[in-house]
Amino acid sequence: MILGLEFPPISHLVEWPTIFGSGPFAVNKVVLLMWASVAIVFAVYFIGGRKRELVPTGAQNLAESTIEFIDDQIVMQTMGVEGLRFTPFLMTLFTFIFVCNIWEIIPGIQMPVTARIALPIFLALLVYVIYNFVGIVRQGPISYLKNIMFIPGVPWPMYILLTPIELITRFITQPLSLAVRLFANLLAGHLLLVSFAVITQALFEATVVGAALPFTLLVFLSGFELLVAFLQAYIFTILAAVYIDAAMHPQH
Amino acid sequence: MLNLLAQQAPNELVEGLTAVGRGIVYGGAAIGPGIGIGLVVGNAIQAMARQPEAAGMVRTTMFLGIAFTEALALFGFVLAFIISG
Repeated sequence: MILGLEFPPISHLVEWPTIFGSGPFAVNKVVLLMWASVAIVFAVYFIGGRKRELVPTGAQNLAESTIEFIDDQIVMQTMGVEGLRFTPFLMTLFTFIFVCNIWEIIPGIQMPVTARIALPIFLALLVYVIYNFVGIVRQGPISYLKNIMFIPGVPWPMYILLTPIELITRFITQPLSLAVRLFANLLAGHLLLVSFAVITQALFEATVVGAALPFTLLVFLSGFELLVAFLQAYIFTILAAVYIDAAMHPQH
Repeated sequence: MLNLLAQQAPNELVEGLTAVGRGIVYGGAAIGPGIGIGLVVGNAIQAMARQPEAAGMVRTTMFLGIAFTEALALFGFVLAFIISG
């Protein structure tokens, strides 16, 4: 009991009971939502790609405007024309993360799939493998490591300080921060919405009118979580593009 | 006297210290990003006031900067939940 409210333990908010299956193949609500996200992303781009009208409408419009958004705002800003090869990967990543995040505010199914750390870790690992693979294929393994560790144009005593920092940043901090940023933002939003819902319910049982203020705040917070869902998907995708660009073109 | 306390109620002492630790972790993690986000948004407001035509681009970059600095505060938040007694 916190301040007289029966706040559920955190495990009740993010650990859902198994519906069927057992062990690592147990299926619960989060897994079902993940399958639903996959089906939605597939449906949007499959149905959107079937017609080739000159003036797009409906699903084709949605698919084409998403691809234009990724092309103009993400790929051209970071990678240039060479990066247009990565548009399919980036658009799938963006749409999948956005749909997974948006389950948080849909009434009745209020559980963001990315609030369990397995999915962000998997996506961050995917981006990690891809940008390292692109770097090794593009520059050769020795040259790739050399460009990371020894930045050209720096007096040599600085290397004692810069090389460990660069190595730890490239190989440990970047994928870890990518995963934790997505996970922590979504988990914090989920906990915030649950807190206000508990307050609303407690005040509603006491006096019906007293629940008006927390309920209004809950509605506004849901709107804010919509912004956060879109923003986190955008940040993840643009950082993936920046890391792939850094592996393809080692400037400095 | 600490030995006496530890013998009598070891569970409560550990739980209490865990709670204090969690508070310190999140409290310390929230200072830097608070100042950082304030700086980012303040400079964005100045830029938008100087040149209103660039407001769209400045706003997009501001959101990008906010998400980066907020990640650091959220690392602390997550760590506060992970620390177990």
